Amino acid sequence: MITEAMLDRRTLLAGAAAAPVLMTAAEALAQGREPRRGGILNSIITPEPPLLVLGVNNQGPTLIVASKIYQGLLTVSPKLEPEPVLARSWARSEDGLTYTFSLERGVKWHDGRDFTAEDVIFSIMKFHMEVNPRARAILQRIDKAEAPDAHTVRFTLKAPFEPFLLIFDVTGCAIVPKHIYDGTDYRNNPANATPIGTGPFRLAEWQRGNFIRLVRNDAYWKPGQPYLDGITWRIVPDSQSRALALQTGQVQMTTSNDIEPFDVPRFQAQPNLEVRQDGWELFAPLSWIEINNRLDNLKDPRFRRAIAHAVDRNFIAQRLWFGIGKPATSPIASATRFHDPSVQMPAFNPREAIAILDGMGLRPNAQGIRASFKMMQLPYGEVWNRLSEYLRQALRQVGLEVTLESTDVAGWVRRLANWEFETTINFVYQWGDPTLGVERTYVTSNIQKVAFTNTAGYSNPEVDRLFEAARNAAQAEERRRLFSEVQKKLVEDMPLVWLMELSFPTIHDRRLRNVITTGTGVHKSFDDVFLAA
Amino acid sequence: MVVIIAIIVFQFLLIRLAPGDPASVIAGQSGAADPLFMQQLREQFGLDRPLHEQLLIYLRDMLSLDLGFSHRQQQPVAQLIFERLPATLLLTGTAFLFAVSVGVALGVMAARRVGRAADSAITVLALTFYATPIFWVGLLLVLVFSVWLEWLPSFGMHTVGAELGGLARALDVAKHLVLPALTLGLFFLAIYARLARASMLEVADQDFVRTARAKGVPEGRIVRAHILRNALLPVITFAGIQAGQLVGGSILVETVFAWPGIGRLAFDALLARDYATLLGVFFCTAVMVVLFNLVTDLLYAVVDPRVEVA
Repeated sequence: MITEAMLDRRTLLAGAAAAPVLMTAAEALAQGREPRRGGILNSIITPEPPLLVLGVNNQGPTLIVASKIYQGLLTVSPKLEPEPVLARSWARSEDGLTYTFSLERGVKWHDGRDFTAEDVIFSIMKFHMEVNPRARAILQRIDKAEAPDAHTVRFTLKAPFEPFLLIFDVTGCAIVPKHIYDGTDYRNNPANATPIGTGPFRLAEWQRGNFIRLVRNDAYWKPGQPYLDGITWRIVPDSQSRALALQTGQVQMTTSNDIEPFDVPRFQAQPNLEVRQDGWELFAPLSWIEINNRLDNLKDPRFRRAIAHAVDRNFIAQRLWFGIGKPATSPIASATRFHDPSVQMPAFNPREAIAILDGMGLRPNAQGIRASFKMMQLPYGEVWNRLSEYLRQALRQVGLEVTLESTDVAGWVRRLANWEFETTINFVYQWGDPTLGVERTYVTSNIQKVAFTNTAGYSNPEVDRLFEAARNAAQAEERRRLFSEVQKKLVEDMPLVWLMELSFPTIHDRRLRNVITTGTGVHKSFDDVFLAA
Repeated sequence: MVVIIAIIVFQFLLIRLAPGDPASVIAGQSGAADPLFMQQLREQFGLDRPLHEQLLIYLRDMLSLDLGFSHRQQQPVAQLIFERLPATLLLTGTAFLFAVSVGVALGVMAARRVGRAADSAITVLALTFYATPIFWVGLLLVLVFSVWLEWLPSFGMHTVGAELGGLARALDVAKHLVLPALTLGLFFLAIYARLARASMLEVADQDFVRTARAKGVPEGRIVRAHILRNALLPVITFAGIQAGQLVGGSILVETVFAWPGIGRLAFDALLARDYATLLGVFFCTAVMVVLFNLVTDLLYAVVDPRVEVA
C-alpha cells in the first residue's frame, strides 16, 4: 500500500511538471483538493469513553468522539477567533453586556425534530449549568437568556466578560436536545445510551470494549456534507498494538495519547502518513512540576527557582517528547491569549542552582545531597515515567535527592486533591484564555481540596488582585497589560516549575484531508473531512 | 451460601482499600472539577452513604441476583458482563483446547522418543514458550503474521462494518482469533507437554505396563489404553485448576490484542474504580471456578472408572 501511494504521487507530480496547464476538475479530484464523497475512516480511541453525552461526561476521549455527534454554537480558529457552527453570526454590544447569536436554519436533530433557539437556551441555562463544572463557572455570569424568535438567542451578562465566546465550542458547551432532557435527571437519563445531536454523524453501534461506530447523518444541515460514510473508533488499550495498527494501515488516524511520543519519529519517516502537532490551540495544555508550597524548603521561592535552573526543558522537549510540543517560557502558554513572549523562565544552569542552594545554607552531606523530597509520578503513560526519571537525575546533579512514588489515576487524583504530595507532575488545559484556564491554579480563593484547583497552595495577594482585575476588565488591551504583569510576578515566585507546552500528535493517512483546520483539531465535527482517492 | 456471602463481603471491603474513588477518576480524566461536581458524582454513585450501608445494599441486591448498576458506564453490570463473557470464553476455550490437545500430543511424542532428538526438540520448544513473557510472544506473532506476512489482523475481534453473515462472519472471527488464542495457548501448551511427558514416563515404568507388554498387547494399544489413560489424571487435575484461572489470566492477551473480553472489563473497572462492575466480574469468575471444578470431578470418573461420582 505504501509503494502504491508513493507511485501515485510521483506519477501525478511528473504529469504536472510535463503539462503545466490549468487543472480540470477531475484532476483536482484526483489530487484530493476537491472533496470526495464516501469511505469510512477507521481510528482509535483510548481509553474507552464511559458515555457519549457531552456535558454529562467531558473526558478527553469523550470529547473527540462526541464532537462528531453534537455541535456547539461556535468553534475557534487556530488564533482563537470565533468561527461559526450552529450560530451563523453573532454580535456583541458596545458595553460588552449583550451577545446575540443568529442560528442556522433547517437544522434537525438526529431523531428528526427541529433544532431551535429553545434548545440553545435549555442547554446553556439548565443542562450545562447543572452538570458541567467548567461551563458553569462561566455561564453563571449570564443574567438573562432570551429567544426573540426561533432562530435568535440573546444573552445579557451581569457584568462584561471579555472571554465569553470561548465557552461556546462543542468541547465547552455542546447543544443538546431540549425535548429529550428537559425535566429529566440529566445524568441518569436512559437516552444517554443513544445520544441525539445535530452533528454530521450519528451513533450506529457501540460494542463495549471493542468499537464505536458512527455513520453519516444523511439529513445533515450542510448540503452534500459530511463526505465520509462513517467513522469507526476501535478501542485498543495497548500502545504497541495501536502503533502496529497505524503502521499496517488497519487504522487511518490516531489522536491524542494514542501513540507514545517516542514512537512518533518512526511514523514521521513513514511516507504515507502525516504527523501534525497543531490543533491543540484552544486546549494549550501546559505541564509543570507541581510543588506543595506548604512544605519546608518547597515553600521557599529560592528553592523552587533552583529546581527550575536545574531542569533542561529543551532536553525534555527534544529527547523525551521528540519535538512534539515545546519548552514552556511562562505560566501562560504561547497559544493562549495574552501570552507575553518577553517573560522568560530561569535558564537551564545547574551552577546557578547550586549557588542558590548554597545561599540558602543547604550544604551537601557526605553523599553530596543537600535536600531530598518525594515526587509522585503522573500515571498517564510511559513518557511521564521517563520524565520523572529524567528529573530525578537532573536534580541529583545539583544535590537534590528525589524519591519517585508511583500510583494509578484514582490514587493520583485523590492524593493531589487532598494535598498529600510533596511534588508531582501535572498538566492542565488553558482553554484559550488565562481567566478560563490559568487563574484557577494560582489564586488564593481557589485553594481547595479538589483536583485541578490551586492544590499547590500558592498564595500572593498581588497575583490575586491582578487575576481579579483581568477577569473583570472589559477591554482586551487592559487585560493584556494585567496578564503581562501576572506572568512576571508568577515567574518571580515560581510556585510551580513549568516544563512544556504540550501537544499531542495527530497522525493520519495522507489521503485523509482537512483533518486539522481549527484551533480544536480533531475535536471538530469532521463534516469537511474526506478520503481522497 | 455462607462462604459466598463471606467472599462477597471480603471482596467489597478489599476493593475499597484502593485509594481514590470513581469520582476522582472522572475528575482526573476531565481535567476540571469543582466541589459541587464531586459531590454530585458521589451522590449519583451512592458513595455519599456510609460504607456499611453501601455493603448492605449490595448484599441485598446480590441475594436477588442483581449484580448492580455501573454508573460509570450507565449500564446494568449483568448486561456488561453478559456482553463481554462470550468473547472471553471463545478466546480462553480455544486456547485451552489447543494447549491441552497439542500439549498432551507433544508430551506423548516426547515420552515415546525419550532421550532422542525429537524429545529434546519438544522439550526445548516447550521451555522456550514457558520462559518467554506472554506479551512478548504476542507482539512477536503480530510482527510476523500481521506486519511481515500480512496474513492476520493484529487486533480486534471482527472486521467492523463489514456486515458479514453466517459462515463469512465465523471465518472473520476465526481469523482474528488465531493470534490471541495462539499466544495464550502456547504458554500453557508448554506446561501440558512437560506434564504429560513426565507422567507418561512414570506410568510407563509401572508393573501393569510390563504385564501388558508380556501378554503381547500391541504397542499402540499399550500407549493409548494403558499408559496415556493413567497418565492423563494429573493432566486433568491441572487442567481443572487452570480452566478456572483462564478467565482472569487472559487480561494481558486481551489487552495486547484489543480483544473485547471480560478480563479487560475487570482491568478497566479497577482503574476506574467502577466497584459494581469489578465485583460482578469477581462473582462471575468465582462461579466459573466452582463450575470447572465440578467438570473436572466428572471427567475423573470418565477417565478412571475407579473414581465414582458421589
